[in-house]
Amino acid sequence: MSALAAARSLAGKRILVAKPGLDGHDAGAKVIALALRDAGAEVIYTGLRKSPEFIVRVALDEDVAAVGLSILSGSHQELSREVIGGLRAAGAGEVPVFVGGTIPPQDRDALFALGVKGVYTNDTPLERMIEELARALA
Amino acid sequence: MSAQLKAAAGAARVTTPSGIDVPVVATRDMASDPGAPGVYPFTRGIFADGYRGRPWTIRQYSGFGSAEASNQRYRFLLEQGQTGLSVALDLPTQCGYDPDDPMARPEVGKVGVSLFSLSEMETLFEGIDLGAISTSFTINGTAAIVYAMYLAVADKQGVPRAKLTGTIQNDILKEYVARGTWIFPVRPSLRLIADSVLFANSETPRFNAISIAGAHVRDAGCTAVEEMAYTLANGLAYVDELIRRGGDVAKFARRLSFFFYVHMDLFEEACKFRAGRRLWAKLLRERYGVTDEKALHFRFGVVCGGSSLVAAQPYNNIVRVAIENLAAVLGGAQSIFTCAYDEAFQIPTEFSAELALRTQQIVQHESGVAATVDPLAGSYYVEWLTDRMEDGMREVMGEIGAYGGVVKAIEDGWLQRRIALRAREKKDATDRGERVVVGMNRYRREDEAQSFGEVFRLDPGTAARVLEKHAEVKRTRDAARAARALDTLEAAAAGEKENLMPLLVDCCHAYCTVGEMVARLKRCWGEFQEPVRL
Repeated sequence: MSALAAARSLAGKRILVAKPGLDGHDAGAKVIALALRDAGAEVIYTGLRKSPEFIVRVALDEDVAAVGLSILSGSHQELSREVIGGLRAAGAGEVPVFVGGTIPPQDRDALFALGVKGVYTNDTPLERMIEELARALA
Repeated sequence: MSAQLKAAAGAARVTTPSGIDVPVVATRDMASDPGAPGVYPFTRGIFADGYRGRPWTIRQYSGFGSAEASNQRYRFLLEQGQTGLSVALDLPTQCGYDPDDPMARPEVGKVGVSLFSLSEMETLFEGIDLGAISTSFTINGTAAIVYAMYLAVADKQGVPRAKLTGTIQNDILKEYVARGTWIFPVRPSLRLIADSVLFANSETPRFNAISIAGAHVRDAGCTAVEEMAYTLANGLAYVDELIRRGGDVAKFARRLSFFFYVHMDLFEEACKFRAGRRLWAKLLRERYGVTDEKALHFRFGVVCGGSSLVAAQPYNNIVRVAIENLAAVLGGAQSIFTCAYDEAFQIPTEFSAELALRTQQIVQHESGVAATVDPLAGSYYVEWLTDRMEDGMREVMGEIGAYGGVVKAIEDGWLQRRIALRAREKKDATDRGERVVVGMNRYRREDEAQSFGEVFRLDPGTAARVLEKHAEVKRTRDAARAARALDTLEAAAAGEKENLMPLLVDCCHAYCTVGEMVARLKRCWGEFQEPVRL
């Protein structure tokens, strides 16, 4: 049993993993979804090519505890802004948004400034990401 | 078993990244005879004289923002000694959306150039003679349209179509599995591919209308053995479809080409190509009775870098790409793209792009590796590993066959799930430090300054200019002619018999947009419904 599965630190949490925009690279999103599930979370994965409006609607309908956006196309700024803006407009601004993908180091601060709670790249160990998530959702 | 091997049996197991047990020492009795280069089954390469007769094509993937900006980068690369162009397209063009579509908005001109209509491709190749270069387009969902556009530009430049050389990727099967720029369901997509390949065979006999790619499934997480096996399985699916459509395999197989990633295990990567080249020739001969030598040739391009590059200590990536470049040459690649060191986190700058180009030139002109054909041949380890990899590839292909073939495996999401699980395994092995990545999970410096050299910044005015031009094209074109061309296309797509290529060329000449053409085809065929299975 992996350390993630042993800890089950996300047990009972519903988490949306979403692919906004046209980017088709889904290996990362799927790895994250599998890891979250191992850590006990109930994972909803949207599949590819979803609009920010769609993602906000699913987040509300499914009453999720967190939203993870996977973006490798360079459009992380615009797409994160639209999802966070959409959640806020719907009165769900408290739902934390996390971003993963190909994020240039110099763009991280701008994402945090938009209200993104965590930024992860392919060299982030899964355990560390899940610990941070568990802390944020505790 | 030799004394050394017996001694090794007690030592820790070492495997290649594909999971093949590596002997401590390879011995003569383990190695088979690879035969001669240029002779079936081509383990040592498709040409008797290797790179002596023709060096590999240096083909750097680039293109960003507007057609004007990309045109300038191409001219720069050609002046610097690059020998072929490789066009990166933005996601709206790849997925069939016009720049003013709400789905397209944030992505216009971002990961490549926007080619929403013929107007943009005319600008892209301004001052570049299409009869004198070879151009490769990484395009799949809208490949037939982009190919039609290229033909229209050639028509307008006055270049005879028979002179055109280049490649469109046009491999939709792997898009469903890994890269994600699918549009239509699997079966009509296969029709479009057959249309373009058969049309290309007669209209542009020197143009590769499909490049069957394993690169993306590899970068999504699968092993080198699986990368080749999935790709050859897809290749056979295309061959079957083309035969069903009346194509002559001995003829069209001459123009099939392949595309792969090269990651870091030098010998496994070189042997992957030796094994794959041999296996493809055998499959064509065994299954279809192909004997024409040229039709049995497994020609392939590669990309070095991708997910083997990391953001931590990014200059280390230069070394990685050089080693991968070497593996590609030792495997006999026909064309090579070396990623820039900063591609792990951004679109390359002009500086990093030039360095990637120089890496290839150093391998080509200074290392001496291309001086003799297949210099690894006869190495006990290399011949043994080539054989083991071929066995592994046949095994994986057998599993796909047992499931019911690639098309079913993709429609059900079976293959996608296999790759996701493999990606997870790889990530876990990296997190645990079993897969060493220097500077990231070994020898990492926590005090490392977060500085990555020059930063690429896309011109922020690009999207606005593309949108403006899009509006202008729609305003100034002959509207009646465009509407007629689209109606004709839709009527033919609703039927099953007609080859759509000539109609797509007509649409391009009429300045119909990519989004308009795709919308008409969607009306006939619908859209792919992604099976999400985790």
